[in-house]
Amino acid sequence: MTYEELQNAPLCLSGRQLTKVFVNGKVSKTAVDHVDFDFHQGEVISIVGESGSGKTTLSKMLLGLLNVTSGTIYFKGEERKIRTMAQRRAYWNGIQAIFQDPFSSYNIFHKIDAVLDDCINMRYGRHIDKQKREDLKTEACSFVNLKYAELTNKYPFELSGGQMQRLMIARIFLLKPQILLADEPTSMIDACSRATILDMLLKLRDETGMTVIFITHDIGLAYYISDTVYIMEHGKFVESGSADEVILHPKAAYTKRLISDVPKIHEEWNLDDVFTGEE
Amino acid sequence: MRHMIRNVFHSPKFVWGFGIFVFILIFCIVYPLFNPGNPLEMLQVGGFAAPGTYVNVYDTVAADINKEETLKIKFRLPGADEKRLESVLSADDRNTMLKFLAKVGVDTSEVDVEDLDQLLELWEKYFDPTSQPKGITRADWNKYKRINNAINRISSTDRRSVSEKDQDGQMAAVGDFSSIDYVSVDEVANHITLPLGTDNFGRDMLKELVSATLTSVEMGFIAGTVATIIGLLFGLLAGYVGGVLDDIITFITNLFTVIPGFVLLILISFSIGQEQRGVTTVALVIGLTGWTWTARSVRSQVISLRNRDHVNLSKLSGHSLFRIILSDILPYIMSYVVMAFILQVSSGILSEAQLSLLGLGPKSTETPTLGLMMNWSMLYKAHTSGYWWAYFPIILTIAGVSFSLNLMNTGLDQVFNPALRD
Ligand SMILES: Nc1ncnc2c1ncn2[C@@H]1O[C@H](COP(=O)(O)OP(=O)(O)O)[C@@H](O)[C@H]1O
Ligand SMILES: [Mg+2]
Repeated sequence: MTYEELQNAPLCLSGRQLTKVFVNGKVSKTAVDHVDFDFHQGEVISIVGESGSGKTTLSKMLLGLLNVTSGTIYFKGEERKIRTMAQRRAYWNGIQAIFQDPFSSYNIFHKIDAVLDDCINMRYGRHIDKQKREDLKTEACSFVNLKYAELTNKYPFELSGGQMQRLMIARIFLLKPQILLADEPTSMIDACSRATILDMLLKLRDETGMTVIFITHDIGLAYYISDTVYIMEHGKFVESGSADEVILHPKAAYTKRLISDVPKIHEEWNLDDVFTGEE
Repeated sequence: MRHMIRNVFHSPKFVWGFGIFVFILIFCIVYPLFNPGNPLEMLQVGGFAAPGTYVNVYDTVAADINKEETLKIKFRLPGADEKRLESVLSADDRNTMLKFLAKVGVDTSEVDVEDLDQLLELWEKYFDPTSQPKGITRADWNKYKRINNAINRISSTDRRSVSEKDQDGQMAAVGDFSSIDYVSVDEVANHITLPLGTDNFGRDMLKELVSATLTSVEMGFIAGTVATIIGLLFGLLAGYVGGVLDDIITFITNLFTVIPGFVLLILISFSIGQEQRGVTTVALVIGLTGWTWTARSVRSQVISLRNRDHVNLSKLSGHSLFRIILSDILPYIMSYVVMAFILQVSSGILSEAQLSLLGLGPKSTETPTLGLMMNWSMLYKAHTSGYWWAYFPIILTIAGVSFSLNLMNTGLDQVFNPALRD
């Protein structure tokens, strides 16, 4: 699909004048400042910004985990409604997330099976038969190159960070939401596992055609995986557009700085064409 | 979970605290089995009998002389006479003897009243009952003669006889015994061992203390449970739900914090009235005024947990508020709650003691508590009159119970907070 085709695809998630202000006593902090965006079906979007620029705050609002101070979020063209538990459950059938720190993403008191069981209950209901349940878990694990037989009955602390994050992808594989929000999913993972995780995410996207909102501070990585890039500075989107447009022809000073701060953009992601490119 | 419990029992502090506490409890449960009866029964006419075994004098004499010849066990124990002398000559008597010696011109600066041999030797040398030295009053002389008689009586090997009134109302000897006759305590019909003596009412202190300890621990547990449940509930709701609910709960908590808990406790106890104050009522009141710090610390723990990703993930999995609190928050603070509970139990026991000391504890006619016992020993001035057995063991028990609980708590703290480990 070309970039133009993607931009004409139906809207999945949009925001208008979305704002979050944290008030702490007399101090107030605007973490997300009147942002507008349109994410389309099947699009891979990167939101890039330095640490503290408000990416996580934005993603929590998109997920419905944090109250919006002002502005509106539209889900599939309609204003998002998440007042009641039923509405929230319906919304979370459509949008799911992978968080930054796999070590704090698990309830340490529950076995790993519980995480996958929750997903199966959510998508297929509680009363699915036992064999089917086992098959689903086995399939999800093998999708991320894990052996279910070795994981079952284990506790999260018995896994490595990479394995934990892969299991999070298996979770998304089971849930098959329309939108996946991945908040720096590789930043806490060792370099070896990082590429594997990214490959698995992209494979999952290819298989399900879901929209991926990828949050990162690494502009090279954003170029590598995304169709559209949003650059975030101090809670505002300073620049957005197709990955090629934003990274090859940055307009905002902040974007230029982000690019120059990544000296190894060439080698690491094999982006020779970035600067010799199609121009 | 099992791993954690094993860790807990590897902590020496916890094991010591737990051991002391369990020992106290087991002792208090087992002791009444061997010494049953009402702990508030007044055994003694009067009060404050010192710890020891008391043998009925009447029965001892009867056992010695009325029974078969075989019961007349004879012992020649080394130092028996000296012991007898020592028990007969009180410290006062010895000082009196010293005074006499000084008057007849002995240099008493070298004489030690504790050294009975030396004292008696000098006494024998200078005291002649037949000649009253000049400069000694008649009253003093009689005192000296009485002491001298006592000394001679002990030293003599004469037999003593026991007389009874016969039909004609005449005293007649019915038997006799010498200073080497012994009778087994078991042969004496009535005797009682009071390891901790009696209190002012003449009640067996140990029996009372054992019963009081159980009651106080029970009150501590009731108070601790009530305080922990309320504190946990409020803390979880305020911390997790937040918003208006948090504001309301925080307001109530602050209200209870601003009024010192103990003052509140006194006011409530006072207004309930002596007759209505049962053990359970007082324990509930203590629990109802003590929950605030549990609520506050649970709240702050929950606030630091509620934004963790595993909670977010649980929300995204469609779990209800109730389930998230129960399975994603509670297990994380459970170790903390256990510690808070132990501290609440300990502070409940201390609160009862304080309250009872002020006369606002449970009504005093039914069951003893540690606080009530302290109250009685204060009221009857055991501490100023030197009846150490009537207050010291109580203090020791209160200290032992709260020390063991706090030790357990410190041990748990070290297991759960690796930063504190040494
Ligand atoms: N719960 C909160 N209360 C107050 N300030 C917050 C809170 N969460 C985030 N912030 C502030 O909002 C800003 C954006 O944070 P965040 O969204 O985490 O940035 P990023 O994910 O881009 O690193 C930061 O300055 C942070 O200090
Ligand atoms: Mg972040």
